Amino acid sequence: MGLTYEESDLARIIVVTSGKGGVGKTTTSAAFAMGLAQRGYRTAVIDFDVGLRNLDLIMGCERRVVYDFVNVINGEANLNQALIRDKRCEALYVLPASQTRDKEALTREGVEAVLQQLADTFDYIVCDSPAGIEHGATMAMYFADDAVVVTNPEVSSVRDSDRMLGILASKSRRAENGSEPIREHLLLSRYSPERVKNGEMLSLDDVQDILALNLLGVIPESKAVLNASNSGTPVILDEESDAGQAYDDLVSRYLGEELPHRFLDIQKRGLLGRLFGG
Amino acid sequence: MKANIASSTAQEPVFELKSGHFTLPNLRLLASNMDSLDEQLMARVQQAPGFFRNTPVVIDLSLLAERNAEIDFPLLVGLMRGYGMLPVAIQGGSARHEEMAEFLELAILADRKAKKTTSPQQKTPPREKPRQRSAPAMIIAKPIRSGQRVYATGRDLIVVASVSSGAEVIADGNIHIYGTLRGRALAGVKGNRESRIFCQNLQAELLAVAGQYRINEQLEPAQLGKPAQIYLSDKKLLIENL
Repeated sequence: MGLTYEESDLARIIVVTSGKGGVGKTTTSAAFAMGLAQRGYRTAVIDFDVGLRNLDLIMGCERRVVYDFVNVINGEANLNQALIRDKRCEALYVLPASQTRDKEALTREGVEAVLQQLADTFDYIVCDSPAGIEHGATMAMYFADDAVVVTNPEVSSVRDSDRMLGILASKSRRAENGSEPIREHLLLSRYSPERVKNGEMLSLDDVQDILALNLLGVIPESKAVLNASNSGTPVILDEESDAGQAYDDLVSRYLGEELPHRFLDIQKRGLLGRLFGG
Repeated sequence: MKANIASSTAQEPVFELKSGHFTLPNLRLLASNMDSLDEQLMARVQQAPGFFRNTPVVIDLSLLAERNAEIDFPLLVGLMRGYGMLPVAIQGGSARHEEMAEFLELAILADRKAKKTTSPQQKTPPREKPRQRSAPAMIIAKPIRSGQRVYATGRDLIVVASVSSGAEVIADGNIHIYGTLRGRALAGVKGNRESRIFCQNLQAELLAVAGQYRINEQLEPAQLGKPAQIYLSDKKLLIENL
């Protein structure tokens, strides 16, 4: 396995972002963080969606939240008190968002201090960005080394992702310091080959043509994602499902492995996809 | 073949050198602030848009409030060109100014007042009208994303990537896009009617040359998705597939 990013001692900070809501940022953050942790990397996943927290639900740790991200920033708790260790994978920790504050509670200095502290002990830090292009989203991306731009194959989502890429290129620490720009990756989610064929959805080629980005993976539209969310299990743990396998491929690809993209054609779809596909 | 032609025509004189007198407008620079200059020039040009078209202009620096003020010559020249003027020479500047002007291939005209007092080591006499040299184009090699806006002041803009829908590219000169144009492109925004837009794949939201514009809905469907150039002919915006 070519572990391209392992050379650095510092944690690699990955922001999962999109602009539009409901495209699968939190699902991706949870699956991606779990995938990295399963491979033995110490991974922290942070919910930046202060006021509308969801990550704890998707991760199935909502009943174990005592302190949160904002508490740590305000010095009301230390990081170890707020981090929740995942019960299924011991290399994975969740830092939940506060549900009772608003996004202004995230100060740049505060976020930087928390990330710095995490960077000492973790290999990867996954930041689950809120939707929109306001304060919370810009805080989530500011310190990033990598960005995973989650996009649905429809025009408005593609345009919002495009807008997000423009912001990533200008409003980040790397852009302001003039250092190597953030590595941008495209994740196309809720992809349905049938609907592409019927002309109801943009094809992968259409999206690639507009965004011109490195394609990290395509996640098929799948009932498994909804089931996973409802049960508080990152979908990557559902190894039987197409979406779970697609996320697993995606994590390997992020770590430098070259894998063909799957679930792009109607014929190759699994049983689940055939049963539930549009 | 070429040698033949050369020898057969060598006998007849091809040129004559004569001196001529021209009265050129002088742009007397009083301060070095280019932003204010841009604003005030624009106001002036708007009063008489045709007046400066292709007019040679001498930049007079003898009245500068601060004799040796640092002047951004490339920007100054670019600005003036953007308004249709052709800066050809400077006059009355400091040694540093003259050095900069020479670099931009502007002629250096002798200062009339200085001429009377200091005779022996005069500066270079006025040269023949210099070769035109345009300000270097702004080149962008990354995609221009939705929400981004790029403006090439006083020069051409070259984009070696695509321009997304919701993005805006603007230039005082021409715009070249070696990718798909899905956003808005405005060339010659300071009134240069000679400006053109070129793109590899036309899907623009809006096209404009010197204020004449057309929106996507008004484009011929047959012209979309193909390489095109857009220019003004008789105040009419023409879109021509390449």
